[in-house]
Amino acid sequence: MANGKKAGSQKTAARVTKAEGLELYRIMKQIRVFEEASASQYMRGRIRGFLHLYIGEEAIAAGAIPLLAKQDYITTHYRDHGHALARGMSPNAAMAELFGRATGSSKGKGGSMHLIDANIGMMGGYAIVGGQLPLGVGLALANNYKGNDSIVLTFLGDGALSEGEFHEAMNLAAIWKLPIIFFCENNLYGMGAPVSEVFAVKDIYKIAEPYGIPSLQVDGMDVLAVRDAMRDVVRHVRQGNGPYFVEALAYRFRGHSMADPNEYRNKAEEEFWKQRDPITSFRAYLVNELGVAEADIDALDQEVDAEIEAAVKFAEESPEPDLSELHTDITA
Amino acid sequence: MPARRPRMGAGADGRQRERGRGERTDMPVITYREAVTQALTEALDSDERVFIMGEDVGGYGGSYAVTKGMLAKYGPKRIRETPIAESVFVGAGAGAAMAGLKPVVEIMTINFSILAMDQIVNHAAKVRYMSGGQLSSGVIMRTVTGGGAGLAATHSQSLEPWYAHVPGIWVVTPATPYDALGLLREAFTKDDPVLFSEHALIYRLRGEVPEEHYTVPFGQAAISRRGSDVTLVAYSRMVHVALDAAQMLANQGVEAEVIDLRTLRPLDMETVFQSVRKTNRVAVVEEAWRTGGFAAEIASQIQEACFDYLDGPVARIGGEDVPQPYAINLERATIPDAKKVVNELAKVIGLKVTA
Repeated sequence: MANGKKAGSQKTAARVTKAEGLELYRIMKQIRVFEEASASQYMRGRIRGFLHLYIGEEAIAAGAIPLLAKQDYITTHYRDHGHALARGMSPNAAMAELFGRATGSSKGKGGSMHLIDANIGMMGGYAIVGGQLPLGVGLALANNYKGNDSIVLTFLGDGALSEGEFHEAMNLAAIWKLPIIFFCENNLYGMGAPVSEVFAVKDIYKIAEPYGIPSLQVDGMDVLAVRDAMRDVVRHVRQGNGPYFVEALAYRFRGHSMADPNEYRNKAEEEFWKQRDPITSFRAYLVNELGVAEADIDALDQEVDAEIEAAVKFAEESPEPDLSELHTDITA
Repeated sequence: MPARRPRMGAGADGRQRERGRGERTDMPVITYREAVTQALTEALDSDERVFIMGEDVGGYGGSYAVTKGMLAKYGPKRIRETPIAESVFVGAGAGAAMAGLKPVVEIMTINFSILAMDQIVNHAAKVRYMSGGQLSSGVIMRTVTGGGAGLAATHSQSLEPWYAHVPGIWVVTPATPYDALGLLREAFTKDDPVLFSEHALIYRLRGEVPEEHYTVPFGQAAISRRGSDVTLVAYSRMVHVALDAAQMLANQGVEAEVIDLRTLRPLDMETVFQSVRKTNRVAVVEEAWRTGGFAAEIASQIQEACFDYLDGPVARIGGEDVPQPYAINLERATIPDAKKVVNELAKVIGLKVTA
């Protein structure tokens, strides 16, 4: 694949079957409803700390993550709910973790920013910006060392581009030709700072070029565009050709976290992006292009609503971790 | 200089192991550097999961020559030259360990570990706990500590106490070839990150090691010299300073017991308490800065557990609270030596001794 290629769109993407399309829709919808429920539970004081919502960016997780094989790894940042769910973490375990309950994915010890499920290769949200990158490189090194064809998908936000760890990770992955995809979710703001003001490289996907890492830019609001681009990227990396860098342009519809009054973005910009809601547009695509019945989608919506409602109930009814857990899972 | 110290007897292993000085036995004598190299070689030979990476570990042979010849012997897959990028090669070690490998990363000196602190402290040390026990990162981080080599402020620090502050990392500070070999062997059995801190000035220190396989468990201090009048607690090179001070004290009729902590996390305070209950006087000697140093932790625990046994305050003898200077006379004044230990014992505890 050519370096610095811009990927196609929903219009030009390879068609998916109805079943595939519905599955992509289900993943996006599950993330959306999960996040809305999280926000609502946060407002009720049942979820503590920081809560970074993935609302608006669902097409990325749904487009990219299902293309991974079972033995592949993911490392990511603190806005990690969407990645965990798309990888197959149960909404019950995820919601219970947000509630800080014993039944959570990390028994309530990790919280929203550190969703981990080793059984499905969800190796973690790491909440220090850039920290997940060297770890992802290490997992890719392990694959390479073991001689298997597993790959690593490591997400970063645009904010991490300025971190030294990003450049160190790109360099090491490049010189050792490691099987890792650096996937930059460019939602235009690193917390409140516009990426255009704080990062010198204007076309972000071109940052890969001096490292000799192929890259592309894709519309992160378009699940089929992401899926199409990533299918080739995953194949390229799995075949042992070394790392890849992907930039997806996206937008978070809410503030940086629930604590963010969101005063640095203008309404026109927000409206522009909300018009491009990845779920609404893909729903229209399912109906208009694939001929899926509205009723089938409504039924799926109801299924997802019920699933997340059940997850909230599960979390509510789950016990807090026993105090004896304070000193477990630590040896050193 | 420590390199000219008489051979140190290995003695019997165990909590109350006493290590004599100048003993002559039939055991092989190796240097501290050779001990580290031997433990690495054994691990490379016996476990395919083990590999080494770091700056100049390949063709150069390691900046302290610990990995000399390994690239030729084991090849570039297992002896991996890295860019000068501490954060990514330490983090990559942590990540590879999470995937079940056994990486040894060589951080050229502990001063440079600061560039990898995010990976060490925020990630490697945390991942087991914050995953609820699903993941762990048994990366071994070898590094070189200490001052006194004319390298001035940025290359002369003793930062082990920083790491010992963090739950989730083993902090290992061998003072002898016997312990360097035994503790590094032990490090390979751990599933959590190990900061293995080698002191730059004792790589040439020679000592006896048994031919038969042994390990030194983490969390067991050693009694390096027995005495009944005062206890000197130390780790890393300061063990030898404490032993020198003990000799000066012995010449004045004061018998010092010297305790080598060997690991700071886990920390064996019971051996210290037993000694203090016997001697009733204690000083802690370390090279790290005195303010907020690890000696403060030791002193605090001693007064909590042994208050009624103490005949005087717990003395802390640490590095001077200055960036280490270059000029040799100034540099020497920043690092505790035997004279300073003896003088502090007189000043703080009121022992009738002079340096």
